[in-house]
Amino acid sequence: MESVIQDSTPKTLEELKDISSQVRRDIVRMVHGVGNGHPGGALGCTEYFVALYFHLMKHNPDFQMDGIGEDLCFLSNGHISAVWYSVLARSGYFPVAELSTHRKINSRLQGHPTTHEGLPGIRMASGSLGQGLSVAVGAAQAKKLNGDNHLVYVLMGDGEQDEGQIWEAAMYAAHHKVDNLIATVDWNGQQIDGPTVKVMDLKDLPAKYRAFGWEVIILENGNDMAELIKTYEHAKTLTGKGSPVAIMMKTGMGYGVDFMMGSHKWHGVAPNDDQLAQALAQLPETLGDF
Amino acid sequence: MKQFTILDKKDTRSGFGVGLLEAGRKNPNVVALCADLVGSLKMDAFIKEFPERFFQVGIAEANMMGVAAGLTIGGKIPFTGTFANFSTGRVYDQIRQSIAYSDKNVKICASHAGLTLGEDGATHQILEDLGMMRMLPGMTVINPCDFNQTKAATMAIAEHHGPVYLRFGRPVVPVFISEDTPFIIGKALMLNEGADVSIFATGHMVWKAIEAGHILAERGIDAEIINIHTIKPLDKEAILESVKKTGCAVSAEEHQLNGGLGDAIAHVLSSNYPSPLEMVAVQDTFGESGTPDELMVKYGLTSTAIVDAAERAIKRKKEVLA
Repeated sequence: MESVIQDSTPKTLEELKDISSQVRRDIVRMVHGVGNGHPGGALGCTEYFVALYFHLMKHNPDFQMDGIGEDLCFLSNGHISAVWYSVLARSGYFPVAELSTHRKINSRLQGHPTTHEGLPGIRMASGSLGQGLSVAVGAAQAKKLNGDNHLVYVLMGDGEQDEGQIWEAAMYAAHHKVDNLIATVDWNGQQIDGPTVKVMDLKDLPAKYRAFGWEVIILENGNDMAELIKTYEHAKTLTGKGSPVAIMMKTGMGYGVDFMMGSHKWHGVAPNDDQLAQALAQLPETLGDF
Repeated sequence: MKQFTILDKKDTRSGFGVGLLEAGRKNPNVVALCADLVGSLKMDAFIKEFPERFFQVGIAEANMMGVAAGLTIGGKIPFTGTFANFSTGRVYDQIRQSIAYSDKNVKICASHAGLTLGEDGATHQILEDLGMMRMLPGMTVINPCDFNQTKAATMAIAEHHGPVYLRFGRPVVPVFISEDTPFIIGKALMLNEGADVSIFATGHMVWKAIEAGHILAERGIDAEIINIHTIKPLDKEAILESVKKTGCAVSAEEHQLNGGLGDAIAHVLSSNYPSPLEMVAVQDTFGESGTPDELMVKYGLTSTAIVDAAERAIKRKKEVLA
């Protein structure tokens, strides 16, 4: 437990924005490099992962599966793995050069995250949707049993909210007072077949979580690093009070690349060579490409 | 034919309940979850002694599998409890992704398996669970035969790292495995050495295999009877050693013909030592309501069926030799 390094020494806002720009470059280059993947949601959740791994979480790149003595992060909507891989690499879990193997044969960076290939930083497989909240709840309960006073973060998609298991987990977490958990819904309003209001209308999503007994915060702009950090710092103050905490994080699918912004068409499509050049022109290289 | 003493008559699920309590006493990381079937799973004693280590999930099996997977990340050893149907088919994808593929140390404990669930009928009588669990890479699949063996198996899986499917049942059946018989995962248990036919049985069918052995002995047939309590990893060496001696085999299981113990043995034999194999199992049909005994008779899971299968196997062996 003593070996945990506080690598999340608070970074300046400018530094966090620079990291975000580099992570976005990584995402579009990773997806372009293999000709498939899911850039839209990954670009939309860049600030979330950068803020967690470079500012908010106490975590240890010298990876231990049990995560005792550190904050944990789970990704339930595993298809946006590119952003997580980039942030894990950039924060020291594995070599940045390995990002070039994303989705290719013999890679530890599988199309969807897995523990199976032993990639440091990944504690559960995800891809089949709806399962991550349950796993995060269990991990949070294990922390309580272990007397480990750290938090568990989990990210879900909004389209993923269609899955019934989410609501089983939501009911359970409130009933069992799992209050060391901050669950986030990436509320970008898009899923593969179109806008969520058309595919399966979520209606009043915050009210649903509140009705299950959660503390709910709405983050109006999850791509504004300052607002995001302020919201999560506030969320932390709500933990330990008997209720799980949910953040409804509004983001722009494809944020940072103008022609991808807000379109479900970029959910699972890779840019071609010209589109890659266009995207990279909008994203300053700050830490060096892989 | 060796004589077996009926030490008692108890249900295998009670063996699970006692084993869980003992495992909990031995290891503070053992925790339990249940989907609104505490009484059926005999978890009361564990809950009474370790209330803080028990999680009631309600009727939400998918969530139970995920929460169990999460608990392992903090070093816990979760035992999930519900009926076999809801432990497998209902949550196959959750087990596949969050437990098996993620290599989580979850013990999926499944009661009321097979036809002997009885009157509730086909919706609850899962006969496909061994097949589903066998197919999952890395999953250990165990189906003990009586109270004592279920208790020993429950304690053994707590000390085994990795996902395990432990299957047991509702009816009261003879207890004949001694309390001090060690349970070794993946090591078949020789019950009666014989020369004419190998009978490989699992779960509730093991006692029926012993009954069949006595009937066969009266007919001058010397049956070898082996308890295959671990379906996966299968003890191939024990199976091959036995069949190389007897030349033919019978499998007996309270499970669908497709995908269960018989299929597993058929694969071992066809790949290594092709020999006549007769399978006693449910023949590609769903069950129905009835008493456990009535159902076992109607669907052909009896000692008589094993005897008939053994005679068929021996006849085929002789035809091959002739």
